[in-house]
Amino acid sequence: MLPPIFGVLFDGIAYGMLLFVLSVGLSVTLGLMNFVNLAHCAFAMVGGYVTVTLVNTYNWPFIATLPVAFIVTALISVVFERVFYRRLYRASDLDQVLLTIGLAFVSVAVAAYFFGTLQQPIPTPAFLRGSQQVLGLGLGNYRIFLIVTALIVTVLVVAGLEYTRFGAMVRAAVDNQRMASGLGINVDATFAITFAIGSGLAGLGGALAIEIVGLDPSFSFTYLVYVLIVVAVGGLGSIAGSFIAAMLIGISDIAGKYYFPELGAFLIYLVMIAVLLWKPSGLFGKR
Amino acid sequence: MADVPLTPRAYLQAQSRWTPVEIAFWLATLLPFWLLPDYLSLASQVAITALFALSLDILLGYAGVVSLGHAAFFGIGAYTAGLFSKFVWGAPLPGLLVAAIVSAASGFVVSLIVARFRHFTLIMLTLGIGLLMQEIANRAHWLTGGSDGLQGISINKVLGAFNFDLYGYTAYGYSLAVLFILFLCARRIVHSPFGLALRGIRENWTRMPAIGAPSRAHVRMAFTIAAAMAGIAGALLTQTTQSAALESISFGRSADVLVMLVLGGAGRLYGGLIGAAIFMVARDQFSGIAPQYWYFWIGLLLIGVVMFLPNGILGGLSALAARWRKS
Repeated sequence: MLPPIFGVLFDGIAYGMLLFVLSVGLSVTLGLMNFVNLAHCAFAMVGGYVTVTLVNTYNWPFIATLPVAFIVTALISVVFERVFYRRLYRASDLDQVLLTIGLAFVSVAVAAYFFGTLQQPIPTPAFLRGSQQVLGLGLGNYRIFLIVTALIVTVLVVAGLEYTRFGAMVRAAVDNQRMASGLGINVDATFAITFAIGSGLAGLGGALAIEIVGLDPSFSFTYLVYVLIVVAVGGLGSIAGSFIAAMLIGISDIAGKYYFPELGAFLIYLVMIAVLLWKPSGLFGKR
Repeated sequence: MADVPLTPRAYLQAQSRWTPVEIAFWLATLLPFWLLPDYLSLASQVAITALFALSLDILLGYAGVVSLGHAAFFGIGAYTAGLFSKFVWGAPLPGLLVAAIVSAASGFVVSLIVARFRHFTLIMLTLGIGLLMQEIANRAHWLTGGSDGLQGISINKVLGAFNFDLYGYTAYGYSLAVLFILFLCARRIVHSPFGLALRGIRENWTRMPAIGAPSRAHVRMAFTIAAAMAGIAGALLTQTTQSAALESISFGRSADVLVMLVLGGAGRLYGGLIGAAIFMVARDQFSGIAPQYWYFWIGLLLIGVVMFLPNGILGGLSALAARWRKS
C-alpha cells in the first residue's frame, strides 16, 4: 500500500508529460533561431480542434485522430513560418513578440467564431476510461496512456535528433548557426522542417490535453504561460532540460493545487523566477 | 541640419526645442471640454491610458527593455491609491504621491532582478512577475477584495475645490493636468544625457559600459521611473472612477499598452499618446462587438504594424514627411 502522495506524484508526472509534448517543439525552435514564438499554443489549439472535429463530426476513433492532429498542425504551421516568421528572424525581440501575440489573438477569435467559446468535450474511448489498481493506488487509464505516448514521443524525438542525419544538422545549427551554414547545411530549410515538427508535436499535445485540461479558445494563452515557463526553466534548445522542467512544473503545479490550494498558481511562478535567478539561461541552457 | 557641428549641450537643446506641432497637439487636448462634453469620461480614460503608455515608452522605446508585465505597477498604483483613500486620507494629490512612491519602490525592487537579464529571459521574468502580482491581488481578498474589486473608495475634491462630477469635467481636467506635467518630466528625461544613455543601451547593451555608462544602473533607473509613472496612471484611474478592479493588474492590460505604444510608434514620446487615443476611442466605438472578436482586429493590427509599419503610425508619418521634404 502506498500513501496518497504517490497518487499526486503520478498525476503530476502525467501532467508534466503533457507539458513536455506541448513545449518541446518551442524549446527546439527557440534554441535554433532564437525566435520568441508566443503563438506556439495557438498551434497546439489547432491540433486540439482537429481532434474535436474528427471525433465529434466524423466519428473517428480518438486514437486515429492523433496522427492527423500532428500532420495538419505541422502543415499549417509551416505555411505561417514561410509567410510571417521567416521575415522576422533577424528582427528585434519586440517585433517577434508582437507578431506572435497578434497571431495568438487572431487564433483565439477564429476558434471562438467556428467552435464557440464553450469547452469542447469529446467522448473518451472505453479502454481509456476508468483506472487500474496498483499497490492500492487508482491510476487513471488515460493518464497511463498519456505517459506512455509522451515517452514514445520523447524516445522518437531524442533518437531523431541523436541518430539521424537530419538530427545532426539540427544540432549543428543550434550550436553554431554560421558554422553550420558554412559547412553547407541549409539552415533555412532545416529550420522550416524543425518548426513544422515542433508545432506538430504541439498539435499532438493539444489533442492529448482535451481530456485533461479541456479545450476552449483561451487555450492559446492559458497554456502558453506554462509552456514558456517550461522552456525558460529547462533552457532553450535542450530536450533533456525541457523534459526535467516539464516534470518539475507538472509535479509542482499538481502538488501545489492538492496540498496548498490557497496558493493557486503562485508555486510555479515562484519556481520559474527562482530558477531563472539562479541560472538565467535555464537548468540546461547553453547561452 | 545634420552637418552643422554642435556642442553636446547645444545638441540636446536643439533636440528638446518645442515645435509648433507639439504646441498644437497640447492645445487640441483641451478641445473635448467644449466640443465633446458628453465624452469627457472617455477622454479622461484616454489621458490615463496615454500616461501608462508613456511610462512604457521610457522603458521600451528608449531603454529597449521589453516588458510583458508592466500592468503590475499600474495595478500597484491603483490599489495603493484605493487603500490610501479608504484607510488614511481621501485627498487625491497625496494619494497620487503615495501611489507613486509605492510603485517606484516596487519597481526598484523588481529592477534589481530584471536589469541583470536580456532577451528571452527578460521577457519571461517580466511576464512571470506580472502574473505573480495578478495572482497576489486575486488571492489577497482581505486586502484587495479579490475579483469583486476594492470596495469603499471615496475621493475628496481635487485641491479642495473641484468635485468629481458625473460628466467628467474634473476627471478629465485632473487626468490631463497630471499627464501634461509627467509628460514634461518624461520629455526632460529623454532629452537629458541620461536619456541619450538609455538610447545607447537600446542600440548596444554591451558597448555602453565601455564608454563609461553603466547599463544595469541605467536600466534600473529607467525601470523605477517607468514604474512610478505607471503607478500614478493606475492611481488616477482609481481616483477618477472611484474603484479599483483586478482588471487593472491583468496580463490583458500589459498586452494592451504594448499594442497602443507600438501602434503609435515607440521611442517618440507622442507614440504612446496617439496610440492610446486611437485604441481607446476604437474600443469605445466598437464596444458592441464581443471581446474575443475585438482581439481579432487587435491581432490583425499587430501583424500589420510589424510587417508594414515597423515604427508605428508616427514613424510612418515622419518617413512620409521626410520623403515629401526631399522631393
